[in-house]
Amino acid sequence: MLIILARRLAQAMLVLLLVALISFAIFRFVGSPVENILGQDATVTDRNELIARMGLDDPIPVQYARFVWKALNFDFGISYRTAEPVADLIASRLPATLELAFISALMALSAGILLGIFTAIKRGGFIAGFVMTTSLIGVSLPTFLIGVLLIWLFSVELGWLPSFGRGDTVRLGFWETGLLTVSGLKSLILPAITLGLYQMTLIMRLVRSEMLEVLRQDFIKFARARGLPERMVHFRHALRNTLVPVTTVAGLQLGSIVAFAIITETVFQWPGVGLMFINAVYFVDIPVMSAYLLLVGTLFVLINLIVDLLYLAIDPRIRDRNLRGGGG
Amino acid sequence: MTTPLLHVDGLSVEFPQRRQRLQALDGISFTLEAGEVLGFVGESGAGKSLTGAAIMGLLEPPGRITAGSITLEGRRIDGNAAGVRGREIGMIFQDPLTSLNPLRTVGDQLVETIQLHLNLPAEAAGARAAQLLEEVGIDPARRGAFPHEFSGGMRQRIVIALALAPEPKLIIADEPTTALDVSIQAQVLALLRRLCKERGAAVILITHDMGVIAETTDRVAVLYAGRLVEDGLTAAVIAAPRHPYTRGLMASTPNLDAVSVDTVLPQIPGSMPGLSALPDGCRFHPRCDVALPDCSRVAPVFAHGVACHKFAAEQKGEAADAG
Amino acid sequence: MTHSPHTAPPTRLQRVLASDFVFDFTRAPLAILAAAVVAFLFLVAILAPAVAPTNPFDPASLNLMNGFTPPMTDNMFTGERFVMGTDDQGRDLLSAIIYGLRVSLFVGVMSVLLAMGIGVSLGLVAGYVGGWLDNLIMRIADIQLTFPSILIAMLIFGVLRGIIPPDLRDEMAIFVLIAAIGLSEWVPFARTVRATTLVEKEKEYVQAARLIGLRRGQIMWRHILPNVIGPVLVIATITLALAIIAEATLSFLGVGAPPTEPSLGTLIRIGQDYLFSGEWWILTFPAVTLLALALSVNLLGDWLKDTLNPRLR
Repeated sequence: MLIILARRLAQAMLVLLLVALISFAIFRFVGSPVENILGQDATVTDRNELIARMGLDDPIPVQYARFVWKALNFDFGISYRTAEPVADLIASRLPATLELAFISALMALSAGILLGIFTAIKRGGFIAGFVMTTSLIGVSLPTFLIGVLLIWLFSVELGWLPSFGRGDTVRLGFWETGLLTVSGLKSLILPAITLGLYQMTLIMRLVRSEMLEVLRQDFIKFARARGLPERMVHFRHALRNTLVPVTTVAGLQLGSIVAFAIITETVFQWPGVGLMFINAVYFVDIPVMSAYLLLVGTLFVLINLIVDLLYLAIDPRIRDRNLRGGGG
Repeated sequence: MTTPLLHVDGLSVEFPQRRQRLQALDGISFTLEAGEVLGFVGESGAGKSLTGAAIMGLLEPPGRITAGSITLEGRRIDGNAAGVRGREIGMIFQDPLTSLNPLRTVGDQLVETIQLHLNLPAEAAGARAAQLLEEVGIDPARRGAFPHEFSGGMRQRIVIALALAPEPKLIIADEPTTALDVSIQAQVLALLRRLCKERGAAVILITHDMGVIAETTDRVAVLYAGRLVEDGLTAAVIAAPRHPYTRGLMASTPNLDAVSVDTVLPQIPGSMPGLSALPDGCRFHPRCDVALPDCSRVAPVFAHGVACHKFAAEQKGEAADAG
Repeated sequence: MTHSPHTAPPTRLQRVLASDFVFDFTRAPLAILAAAVVAFLFLVAILAPAVAPTNPFDPASLNLMNGFTPPMTDNMFTGERFVMGTDDQGRDLLSAIIYGLRVSLFVGVMSVLLAMGIGVSLGLVAGYVGGWLDNLIMRIADIQLTFPSILIAMLIFGVLRGIIPPDLRDEMAIFVLIAAIGLSEWVPFARTVRATTLVEKEKEYVQAARLIGLRRGQIMWRHILPNVIGPVLVIATITLALAIIAEATLSFLGVGAPPTEPSLGTLIRIGQDYLFSGEWWILTFPAVTLLALALSVNLLGDWLKDTLNPRLR
């Protein structure tokens, strides 16, 4: 188990270093850091002094190493636009995104898996057919249109829910949460649905097709022949086998929730890192873009790692194959 | 007169298709006494497995029973087999490699079955599971292992243990050794037979191998294209098969009498018709070398343990001669 | 994260989406309808200057008095009528949509062509040459596939904007957009072409061509490429739908088409501002047009996939 863990960790580190390299390249070579900080009218002495101070005249590998080292210490430079440290910007906005992403993921996963099981078990039933057809529309709708549609219905026409912002927030140490106030929770509903709906449909359709495949297998037939009631057949035997392949895909899907949050945050003016990133792209705020890439990259690698380990925990066959040194 | 363990009467199974209804079983009737070992033999597609599935109430939709009855100890079980499934009738499938849930330990699956049917507390169920494993020749210490850690033969032993765990009165074994190495087929069959004998459980053994029938069963039923064509004591059927199809089956089986290696085994010409193109009359008549004119028009009636116009005619002739 | 289960998901999802019986019933007539809608929208976009009632970018044609005219009603000041109404500046919405459609389709088609060019070449090279080059290309593809393509497109958009001098940014925005979307969608092309190439290159006629002494480039171009046209066409259609939605999304977010050349996404962004004040048509008509376009292209792609039945993997 430890060997696998070490190998997976090493792989993850490698990918992270690669992402860091791209981040670094963007940071260092897109536009001129010096001009962006000092403006175009700076004197040559000023420039040279800044170049020396930032180490921009060092060999590139040294600069890369310094970039990685600084990033490890949460130093991502200064935003060109607001002149704040990027790390502070991210720290103040990350909770909003993480709360949104977490609630959406929770919704997408639970509803997706439940509906997937339901449509698989009740295949051919009227409600299941209706759910499947509806989900087709959900897949074809662009995320931002779903958001706009929800705002129209629930904010403009019905006036039930707020259309933008986070509502009131409560500060818990460094974490600013919207989960503890009524207005915060109300503000969360529409963005969470917008963000989660697409992932939910994907997960639902995946669970359904995987479950149907599992239900066709012999051990299910044998479980029925052993007299196990349908409930046990479905939930004790079929479900777990369904979740093995679903884990990988669902993990990746959940990772992309953070990326898709960019769209949702823009629609709802949600003050998270996604909105920050879009503004950075618009104003060419390079340090923010580079830090965001690093952040999302780390998140994806982390999710991948967790999915891999989950996979090992669920499926004994893979565990054994890995222990014998075969490799995945 | 005592009630037989299992009585199947006029069982018909259909698969409705878009344009037609395929009749997969047509009026199958037979009786099974407690502790008896009955063999079902026939080519693939003859309806052997389907008969087993119908008894278990495990027909794959859209297949359904359209006529006939299935009675277990005097109780109708067609339509509500869920109550007896596992508990009173156990089933063993062909492929041990896929019959066990790969993600759960064999002990887990055994305990689950025992607890469900025998209402034992966890500890007693665990002990029972260990004992069962021992009986089928698996080290009980390995009950924490996953199915993939066992060989095919061992897995089929575990499957047998699982099927026997609730102490059923009848085991339906659907080609239980076909997927195994030839060298261990006999072992597993002997084990199955011994364990069932010890428990007084009856067995329906589904196979396409006349050799297996001869070695293992008390009685044999021969199926062809969804109909029962012959039924009798194994020894009698082997000594004097009455249906031309049974004769053909026996002639094409090598190990019944020790023929030398270079003997060319005779084959039954042609192949069994598909369900969508069943011939009228006796379904075997296109391949039969002794067919009478009636055979292509009228379905033979099952009488004296066989459904054959030719045999009936001969019987009548003998009766006439005698009279 | 580099082993195979992670690389399969997108195709698996696509298979899940494609293999549904709900679709089977409705597919054939829908495909015809979809093809008709797509053809109609393309025609309108190409002929925009001829079919649009006004040129929405000609300041002379704008009359501020016409602002916020609801669809099919006489303007209270000028008495003019507009099928789909007007926006805040009195611009005819129908014309704006027709021109917006033109931008959306142009960006969509061009970025698919770019993605196809990159993907097919890299796939051919990876499959045919093999070795470390194949390894490198496919590793990059794997890693790129882990990230949602819309995120990659945004990143590329941002980087390219950073490289271009500020005064040219709006002018070049359309091309930056094409590059960003094109570069984010090349992977499926490359994977399919590589897989087909690996199979084809072992076949006898390719071996024979090699023996005759045809050069690598010629073999790839003349013998292997024709085999991948079917699958590539299908992927191109599906990618077109993705590209159209990606473009609309980026433009909606304000990091796509410039204000001077609004696409459907830009129009929806503008329309969203008027949701609360009751001018629903400014949002609705562009949104419906986008939906019709994306849905039709999607349906068409699905139908193509079934008809050509290439082994998409």
